[in-house]
Amino acid sequence: MNRLDDALRFQQTALNLRAKRQELLASNIANADTPNYKARDIDFASTLGRALQGQTQPLQMATTSAAHIGGTATGADPNVMYRTETQSSLDGNTVDMDVERANFTENATQYEANVTFINNLFKTMGQAVSGQ
Amino acid sequence: MSMMKVFQIAGSALTAQSVRLNTTASNLANADSVAGPDGQPYRAKEVVFQATQMGDGYSQGVKVNGVVESAAPLRMNYDPSNPAADANGFVAMPNVDVVEEMTNMISASRNYQNNVEVMNTAKTLMQKTLTIGQG
Repeated sequence: MNRLDDALRFQQTALNLRAKRQELLASNIANADTPNYKARDIDFASTLGRALQGQTQPLQMATTSAAHIGGTATGADPNVMYRTETQSSLDGNTVDMDVERANFTENATQYEANVTFINNLFKTMGQAVSGQ
Repeated sequence: MSMMKVFQIAGSALTAQSVRLNTTASNLANADSVAGPDGQPYRAKEVVFQATQMGDGYSQGVKVNGVVESAAPLRMNYDPSNPAADANGFVAMPNVDVVEEMTNMISASRNYQNNVEVMNTAKTLMQKTLTIGQG
């Protein structure tokens, strides 16, 4: 069972991450008119790398002296970053609809590609199992 | 299933934008209403949007935080023959800025369309997901 699991883990993690990113981008599009809303996104490659290595712990507080009290950030995912705005708007909103729509479509296409890869993986595995 | 949350997010935006569209409609309809139900001239209404957390840190929807009345001064029209005119012959008209309302209307309808598109994409992706292992 472990072999099957290992074979699927990459695609499964990637698919989950794509779904998460889709959520983030949907939030950006939904909040296009919310004052002071800051557009957010993740760096897919590095986040996937970290997720595959199982490093999804919360952000640690740096302690540079023995007297410092350590701590971890709660809630916010350290992988989620704010987008750099290209044109600022008066109400402090940083959603650029062109960028968001482009990213949303790109992410959706990647998601579909991912699903196709998983299907093909299953087909390959099925062939291997049936020995034909 | 996390893709389900996209529906909630886009849904909250649809609700918020339709409230905005409603407000714009009443503002435009009342652009010339001298006296409202309380005997005062109509004052333009504006919706205030706020981002709201939905579940984990990833998703943020929109909610209408409230509908406020515009603080812009009332439009004073000189019309001495009007029964609502004051001692100097001025009639206080609603402070509705028609140009602003029109731009608000276009913005609200475009955003509504955008979010419908988001929902459709999420639906397609979910349907694709359900076919995993069937081919």
